[in-house]
Amino acid sequence: MPKDNPMEGLLNSYEISLVVKAAISVIMALSLNMITGFCGQISLGHAAFQGVGAYTAVILTLQGIHFALATAGGMVAAGILGFIVGLTSLRVRHDFLAITTMGVVFLFSGIVEQTKALGDTDGLSNYPHPELGPFNYMIMTVSLAIFVLLVSIYVQRSWMGLAFKSIADDEDTARVVGVDVAGFKLAAFVMGTMIAGMGGSIYAHQTTIIQASDFGFIESITILSMVVCGGVGSIPGVILAAIVLTLLPLWSQAIGDYKLLFYGGLLFIMMRFSPQGVSGLAHQALILIRDRGKGRS
Amino acid sequence: MIEIALLVQGLLDGSLYALISVGLTLVYGLLRVLHVAHAGFFTLGGYLCVVVTNTTGSFPLAILVAIIATGLLGMIIYRAVYHPILHHPPFVALIASIGLFIAMEESFRIIFGEQGVTYLAPPLQMTLQLGEHFLPITKIIAFFASIVLIGGLGLLAARTRTGIAWRATVTEPEMAASFGINIIHVRYLNFFIGSALAAVAGIIFSLTTNLVEPTSGDVWSYKALAIIVLGGLGSMKGTLIACFALGIIEAYGTTNFLGQIMNRDAIAFAFLIIVLMIRPQGMFAKR
Repeated sequence: MPKDNPMEGLLNSYEISLVVKAAISVIMALSLNMITGFCGQISLGHAAFQGVGAYTAVILTLQGIHFALATAGGMVAAGILGFIVGLTSLRVRHDFLAITTMGVVFLFSGIVEQTKALGDTDGLSNYPHPELGPFNYMIMTVSLAIFVLLVSIYVQRSWMGLAFKSIADDEDTARVVGVDVAGFKLAAFVMGTMIAGMGGSIYAHQTTIIQASDFGFIESITILSMVVCGGVGSIPGVILAAIVLTLLPLWSQAIGDYKLLFYGGLLFIMMRFSPQGVSGLAHQALILIRDRGKGRS
Repeated sequence: MIEIALLVQGLLDGSLYALISVGLTLVYGLLRVLHVAHAGFFTLGGYLCVVVTNTTGSFPLAILVAIIATGLLGMIIYRAVYHPILHHPPFVALIASIGLFIAMEESFRIIFGEQGVTYLAPPLQMTLQLGEHFLPITKIIAFFASIVLIGGLGLLAARTRTGIAWRATVTEPEMAASFGINIIHVRYLNFFIGSALAAVAGIIFSLTTNLVEPTSGDVWSYKALAIIVLGGLGSMKGTLIACFALGIIEAYGTTNFLGQIMNRDAIAFAFLIIVLMIRPQGMFAKR
């Protein structure tokens, strides 16, 4: 990672923006992975939480509040919405939940685009940016991505991670053996959406304008495709997929022009041939290699 | 008077929702798959109708081509996409379907262009006067076409041997198979009819707006999903009631205070979320 470079001049501003974009994608994908991967609750509307975080943080910085506090505000706002959506996950399951979370995106953009105070369809612009300079902003974003990674690993290995897994595997059995299904689901939603809110604030303060359409259904699906292609629940797979899927369309003009066809086709092909994602493929390859090794010895 | 105009408008929109949602309900009832790509067939139907009308000059031929080609593509998609992944957890098929839908829309963009296509000479552009409001005749055709088609489908399901095999497969797939029903054939039929109905909706849409764009299916896709969830997933009666309820609520909602805080699509989903909070199984679920 270029982050290890102490020399500021080694990266030009374009490369810095690429690293920031990739780091934001990692943050978003890991946050969704917490809900969908660890806890098994599908969400088709994750970008809406990013949007709530972005809009809240921008409104706060417009009031003259410091970037760090504004980001915290964005996280709280996204977390509150996440709590509410988490409540719906207690009522509805599987397919119903998928459609409900999809509805959150349309509610978000539908309300934002009709509200004058939120800049309706024009979006918000001309808001203050943190006085860090691009290089330090990149360092901050990458550090936060690493922090989210550490939190993810910690959650996965904790008792909570075990409870999440039991809910993802079989919710009813988990309840029978005494797992507080409702509490853990809400915890997963609140944690995941708070991190998404943070990602939103970082995103907003990297660009100069935010619009409701930046946080729409396609963006939600993009985040979901990172989690799915990486392998639902697999931290290394999700990080790899987030970085590759963010940089590939920017790196290759051909893929960039047909970005959506590429994403759509990739999602479809992954599901059709390898529903476990990249990590599933890697796992199968490892087993193959190991078995072959055993056969020879 | 405005109330009656809104009611008529709501019923007409509801009938278009019905044509799309019926296919979606059929697929869900049979495979338990949320077929997001269904709206891709809607857009394809519109495109084919416009393009064939413009090249051959024959509107009836265009309708025929659009309906049959879209229906056949539905069968191919079932065989190539859903059939091999049905044994995986449901989210696999859902995500594959979303991917397919996005890829379809991009293909439309690449094949037919960014701007969308319009009729050179739009057929059936008469309007009907209702008091001081004008109703396009296409919407009235849509209303009666959906009633006739869905009624016909109901008769097919209730009266014919095929219909009985179909219903048996939905309720008890294994039992139906042991009675000699070819489940795969039923599924093909299901996808053909569902996709063909979506094509009819697409044709009607192309007539009312005289513009088919790559993203024309977007709103319908998500709304049709909301509708079948409202109707209780797999319940045909519930779906039809939900279609007309949503059409009317949208028609009224955009004219009062709701229209000021959210747009039309948001109203639909707000309604959906409220209903799901009160009745998590949808409005008319049997389960």
